[in-house]
Amino acid sequence: MKEENKNYIIKYLKEGRRFDGRKIDEFREVEIEYDISKSAEGSARVKIGGTEVLAGVKMAIESPYPDTPDQGNLMVGAELLPLSNPEFESGPPSIDSIELSRVVDRGIREAKAIDTKKLVIEKGEKVWSIMIDIVPINDEGNLFDAAGLAAIAALKTTKFPEYKDDKIDYKKKTNKNLPLNKVPIPITILKIGEYFIVDPSIEEQKNIDARLTVTTTSDGQLCALQKGGDMPLTSEDIEKMMDLAILKSGNLRKILSGDKK
Amino acid sequence: MSELKIKEKGVVVPGEVLAEGMDFLPSNGTYRLKDKILAKKLGIMKTEGKVIKLIPLSGKYLPKKHDVIIGRIIDVNFSGWSVDTNSAYAAMLPIKDATSEFIRRGADLTKFFDIGDYIVTQITNVTSQNLIDLTMKDQGLRKLREGRILKINPHKVPRVIGKQGSMVSMIKNATGCQITVGQNGVIWLQGDPKGEIIAIEAIKIIEEKSHINGLTDEIQKFLEKNKVTDANEKYSEKVKVK
Repeated sequence: MKEENKNYIIKYLKEGRRFDGRKIDEFREVEIEYDISKSAEGSARVKIGGTEVLAGVKMAIESPYPDTPDQGNLMVGAELLPLSNPEFESGPPSIDSIELSRVVDRGIREAKAIDTKKLVIEKGEKVWSIMIDIVPINDEGNLFDAAGLAAIAALKTTKFPEYKDDKIDYKKKTNKNLPLNKVPIPITILKIGEYFIVDPSIEEQKNIDARLTVTTTSDGQLCALQKGGDMPLTSEDIEKMMDLAILKSGNLRKILSGDKK
Repeated sequence: MSELKIKEKGVVVPGEVLAEGMDFLPSNGTYRLKDKILAKKLGIMKTEGKVIKLIPLSGKYLPKKHDVIIGRIIDVNFSGWSVDTNSAYAAMLPIKDATSEFIRRGADLTKFFDIGDYIVTQITNVTSQNLIDLTMKDQGLRKLREGRILKINPHKVPRVIGKQGSMVSMIKNATGCQITVGQNGVIWLQGDPKGEIIAIEAIKIIEEKSHINGLTDEIQKFLEKNKVTDANEKYSEKVKVK
């Protein structure tokens, strides 16, 4: 049945169409909502078509890692809830959820999106640590892009909580924003047959040859790559995919900056 | 002293009192509690003489004898196949009802139906415990090979089919697709990609607006409009080539 499905998708792609009538390189409608949680320091909800992902940022004061005493800590966690997709199971983190959190983490970390040196309170002793939690509410494909977008949108709204006499008062938010340098946006490109598609649905995700998640910043700088799927990619493939990813990230960037409060 | 509490064709929720008094009779989707008749489901109330029934608006498919449905093979056993019927209950397709071919003892049953295959099948029996028996031995019952599967609300299936299949044949003619509608809300269709996309859109409109009058006209308009743009596209392509 898998082969049949794949051939059927390719039949559509030959006509330049997808199962839901979209063009090959067309995104579904993207919606971003900011500040959806009162208890988190920053939060966002991203909808790409039927896919819905929440991201929340919490901040705490911890000791830095021994190898980076002059930098704040960053942690990204993702949990694939069974309510979002019947194929997800509860329990210890699955390979997919680890991959999801690591792709988002790597994008933010390697783009040096957060100026972690400004998060130091006392060098080697106390630094702010930033924890990003990602939760899909509904999975209709393309969780990578939705999660990456939600994480960066949540970081944009993040405000420091009040810090006085070695204590954090989470109920009081200051006006100080998180020091952000760059806005990394991940775009996942899928290869099916000889075609490259963006923003896959679940059906398409199941029938891919290979996928590549390309994270870029606004100046087109490449920060991170993640390859998945069973088939290999040639260097021409990767070049094409990266060009497409940079093109598509521009559209998402417009939505992200246009909605900013 | 009996009286109706809800207007004809009114929307009711579970537990709502439909009628009081012993003169009315409860039917599909309703039940009697002392001298009242109450609704079991969310739906539209209808009366036929003294009989009160409810046409459900939502909910899962409930298997019924003689229904032709589209099922998916979920397991292959010694004695047959387990089939997902898009309802709360799994069904069983025994070997003897699966094919007219002779099957040797211990033969590989996946040759006939494999896990993940879709089949058009008929319900032969539903027990009180909701164990479902299926058969493939009738006209039009077959394994589906290529095509798209679409799931809709099973209570809207009669509207998608239309009177004597008028609605579905209209879509078939306009889009050139082969369409099979299962009573369980699973629809299979096959054609060329453009036709399929239009057909799926038309079916989704029917599902969404199933309650309004003049639905057939609206679908006809929709199909004609899309047909015209389709032809235009082809025309402009030809012009470009020249």
